[in-house]
Amino acid sequence: MPNHVLPLKERASQTAGPYVHIGLTPNWLGIRGVYPEDLGATMLTPDTPGERIVISGRVFDGAGAPVFDAVVEAWQADANGAFAPDPAPVGAPGPDFLGFGRCACDDKGGFRFETVKPGRVPAPDGGAQAPHVTLWIVARGINIGLHTRLYFEDEADANAEDPVLRRVPEFRRKTLVAKAAGPGHYVLDIRLQGEDETVFFDI
Amino acid sequence: MSGFIARDRLWHPPALTPNYKSSLLRSPRHALLSLDSTPSELTGPRFGHSLLGPLDNDLIHNYSQDGGEAIGPRIIVYGQVLEETGRPVPNALLEFWQANAGGRYRHRREGYQAALDPNFGGCGRTLTDEGGNYYFRTVKPGPYPWPNGVNDWRPAHIHFSIFGHAFAQRLITQMYFEGDPMIAQCPIVGGITDKAAVDQLTAKLDRLNTVPMDALAYRWDIVLRGPRQTFFENKREGN
Repeated sequence: MPNHVLPLKERASQTAGPYVHIGLTPNWLGIRGVYPEDLGATMLTPDTPGERIVISGRVFDGAGAPVFDAVVEAWQADANGAFAPDPAPVGAPGPDFLGFGRCACDDKGGFRFETVKPGRVPAPDGGAQAPHVTLWIVARGINIGLHTRLYFEDEADANAEDPVLRRVPEFRRKTLVAKAAGPGHYVLDIRLQGEDETVFFDI
Repeated sequence: MSGFIARDRLWHPPALTPNYKSSLLRSPRHALLSLDSTPSELTGPRFGHSLLGPLDNDLIHNYSQDGGEAIGPRIIVYGQVLEETGRPVPNALLEFWQANAGGRYRHRREGYQAALDPNFGGCGRTLTDEGGNYYFRTVKPGPYPWPNGVNDWRPAHIHFSIFGHAFAQRLITQMYFEGDPMIAQCPIVGGITDKAAVDQLTAKLDRLNTVPMDALAYRWDIVLRGPRQTFFENKREGN
């Protein structure tokens, strides 16, 4: 039986397709002069407080091939665990940190964000979540955008009590935890399918 | 706010739709892990009008070289962005991209023989007003062939990326045009099983709002996930 309680239904998703870059990262693609800068191309300003970090990784399909035409979006809290003001003040200069990034994958499926390490965000049960970045992946062949999260290997204590990670079967948690690859550099690969398939959320 | 109404996954296309071959290796096999929203999903990036340039919502002119205009049937696409509860969504950022009137995308991986239009880039964006309303001007995109079946063609469509007020509402979809016989033949559209869901992705020709000697008008309303009611704030014993 259809649900007639709500007056409206969400519009059904359709794939972003192979030409997603025209709409989301036109400058990266070479379409110049329409927008001064691609949305989300820069997450930091000189005044952004917090520890500067780099997040990078690669996106792979079920055959282990790089998903070279994906776009990855990042959404995160600032270094104090706060999200940018909602709504954004009208006419005011942008915040020092919006917390939004967008990256077109390269030919090797690689993505990269220069950002700050997020602080701990409140959890619905009154506790605190471990520092994390929300990631959203779209591409040709992905019929509806995939939500996942990136946690940090060097936050073991916070990770152990994170209410979201705790719901993930233990053997799959590693798919959400970025490894420290050097000072301030964290690496997490995303596997759309197959062995070590990334945990994706229905939120 | 306690969270969003759960996505109806039977209404959206499933991850794996074999007739759309690209989905075969790019569809997760594990079930999605259901998660009640936390502040990370109840918030989202908000964009102000200072982001927008004057031609961002005019694809006929925003890639103009030496003052030329894009070639093709001139159309206005407009509508309202709403939540499932019926409430309008003000200040929602919409980004759109499309092929030119000949069905050709300005993209290095495009293989269709149709000509590029030197004055058409194919991207635009706008923010909804206080009533959730949006509009933009463009040329009607052409249908185009794509390498899926030996001779598959996509119906004419415009891609939309929509930011609501929360990252949980993030949505990318495609808008089709009323009366196009190719909609029903398309393997990508065919991933949606409910015909009503396809109808809701189809813009309606609006003759009343057509601009004389300038542009046809198509209306397409966009619905994003809506918030759930908060009835009781109960906590489990022991918490």
